[in-house]
Amino acid sequence: MKKIVFFLFTGISIYSFSQNDVTPTVVSGNIQTIGQYYQEDTLINAALPDQLLGFNGFANVNVQRGNFRTGIRYETYLNTLEGYPTSFNGTGFGYRYLNWSDEDLELTIGNFYDQLGSGMILRAYEERQLGIDNALDGIRLKYNPYKGIFIKGMIGKQRYRFEDGLVNGNGIVRAIDGEININEMFDSLSNSNFKATLGGSFVSKFNEDNNTPLFNLPKNVGATSIRANLRYNKWRFNAEYVHKINDPYPDNQNELFNYIYKNGEGLLFNLGYSKKGFAIDLSAKHMDNMLWRSTNVSVGPTDLLIGFLPALTKQHTYNLAATLYPYATNPRGEISYQADLLYKIPKKTFLGGKYGTSIALNFATSYTPKREFINDLGTARQSYSTNLFSMSDSILYQDFNIEIKRKINKKWKFNVNYFNFIFEDRAVLVAQHHELIHAQIAVLDLTYNINRKHSLRWEFQGLWTKTTTELMTTSQGESVYRKEDQGDWAFAQLEYTFSPHWYVAVLDQYNYGNSEPSKRIHYGLISAGYINGSHRFSLQYGKQRAGVFCVGGVCRAVPASNGLTFSFTSSF
Amino acid sequence: MKKFISLLILLTFGILIFGQLPSVNIKDMEGNSLNFSKISNNGKPMIISFWATWCKPCKAELNTIAEEYEDWVNETGVKLIAVSIDDARSSSRVEPYVNAQGWEYLVLMDPNSDLRRAMGVNNVPHTFLVNGEGKIVWDHNNYSPGDEEELYEKLIGL
Repeated sequence: MKKIVFFLFTGISIYSFSQNDVTPTVVSGNIQTIGQYYQEDTLINAALPDQLLGFNGFANVNVQRGNFRTGIRYETYLNTLEGYPTSFNGTGFGYRYLNWSDEDLELTIGNFYDQLGSGMILRAYEERQLGIDNALDGIRLKYNPYKGIFIKGMIGKQRYRFEDGLVNGNGIVRAIDGEININEMFDSLSNSNFKATLGGSFVSKFNEDNNTPLFNLPKNVGATSIRANLRYNKWRFNAEYVHKINDPYPDNQNELFNYIYKNGEGLLFNLGYSKKGFAIDLSAKHMDNMLWRSTNVSVGPTDLLIGFLPALTKQHTYNLAATLYPYATNPRGEISYQADLLYKIPKKTFLGGKYGTSIALNFATSYTPKREFINDLGTARQSYSTNLFSMSDSILYQDFNIEIKRKINKKWKFNVNYFNFIFEDRAVLVAQHHELIHAQIAVLDLTYNINRKHSLRWEFQGLWTKTTTELMTTSQGESVYRKEDQGDWAFAQLEYTFSPHWYVAVLDQYNYGNSEPSKRIHYGLISAGYINGSHRFSLQYGKQRAGVFCVGGVCRAVPASNGLTFSFTSSF
Repeated sequence: MKKFISLLILLTFGILIFGQLPSVNIKDMEGNSLNFSKISNNGKPMIISFWATWCKPCKAELNTIAEEYEDWVNETGVKLIAVSIDDARSSSRVEPYVNAQGWEYLVLMDPNSDLRRAMGVNNVPHTFLVNGEGKIVWDHNNYSPGDEEELYEKLIGL
């Protein structure tokens, strides 16, 4: 690793000397650190790790001079924060690259991130909060041979673990992608109301660490995709089709899907119309057996993934809606639909008020595809058949939600939300009781501006689950009908901000409606922060309940914790 | 931090500058590609704001500025560039939201965080003020009601 860093820096210094001295060297980067001091809390099941302290730190430095750009990232996990993947350990360099680009050619060596189309067959990305990083380590070339035509090709290994430095997986990923923007290509179409971009990709992987006594698995697996983005005036239509050759992979949770021998397939549509004050958007997705990795050995759920399977649901941010029953794509397959309607009631009308009122409606639903299993469990090779958009009656998820936002006057602003969820936890296993959960959530979010710089914000949330027909005996000897999962929750938060530098907030989450009285626990938390330009410091103390943390439809279970958290971020 | 890194890099490379827009290829909502370092506003200032459809403070900031944007443009000729970091899951929600809110900004799509990484953005909202020469003169990584006042003061002070 030291050699590599030395190489990058000498490379750019030699280049620097050969350049005219007026060429400036542009520097940018950032730093992020989080430290947590843990306390034991048996009531909420927060474990006390031996090291007492968890600490994650990251620092990026990018240097650009003329057509050259180089960068490194230093990472520190001493020890890894609780709930973060334990495959990240120690301190060292986790990312380095050297890049050269001019008007129509770009070459990258070392680590890089990339996405082809919507990323279903290849997405190398970083989601630091979740501990996902599957950066490719290799070579990438992008070329723009003619206006409107974009070609790229890449080869590399994927980041797998971090052990005092970057550790790549054994598999090799190879990809090519082409895209044509019709309107950029033909001058006569440059001002047309009709716009079209067409693209296609081919990705293949090679890995050998996969042979079991029972199976002789393919060493090379390929996947293809085609996509189109079309627009006409205020209408927009996107479609993408992906296909993957059979790639049996161990499934430890469901014997029916273990080393399944079947091609993967996916189809994603999006149709939208939007104008000032109004938008409607419809999406549909059929996805089956599209999960693939650069290994066929069983690894962690987010390790060595080549593709990214987007969830067709809205990402919620209010605490109870976001962290108890959040939806992540079902990797085995799903058929999903989503509809969105946005409307802004104009200002200075009876319903719209002085400043206008925004309304957002969202409906999303996902079902398991209808599968005809071809072989029984007695034979070694298992498969099934599916048809595009043919779904079974097994629901995975349903979400209906509405948001109304209004500024009343210069002082007051409110935001009310209602959510109605159906969540099949037998498919994801993140709740306390693995069952079909029905939950309703209401949120009131109020902002009061005391004056130009000071403001107060209140958040009140409630979550109610359905009562089952199952009788249970509580620890107090009472016989009651059990509520689904953990029952009802209440949440309240008060935040005081003093622009532009300070904030302080207190919040409490209370599981008041748990069917078991001894589990009716308060989770109190206090936090404060100081912001100065790009520097941001924050401190937080209290209890955090176990929950699910999601970004982009990928989720990670976070254990309960109690203690003090310090974080600092900055950029330059 | 800045000083320490400057010193370290200065020893290797000579003349150093911070706060320049990086050379990254990026697309607008219609799919037209452009190089970010070549973005200009004819010598007038620009505001670059990183946001996402799932980020409440980001939307609060951009909606608050939207109420006064016309005045800001008339007074200073400023152009606001809103860079969405929504990924493949939520990037189709960007255009409906922008149009429904009636934003007059230039909206760019950064679905795999390439520009975000190049600009050193840790989390959203992160807002930069760029002067007429294309240099970043102020940035702020947060939004609380009233922060737009500070931005406005910096903007008219240019």
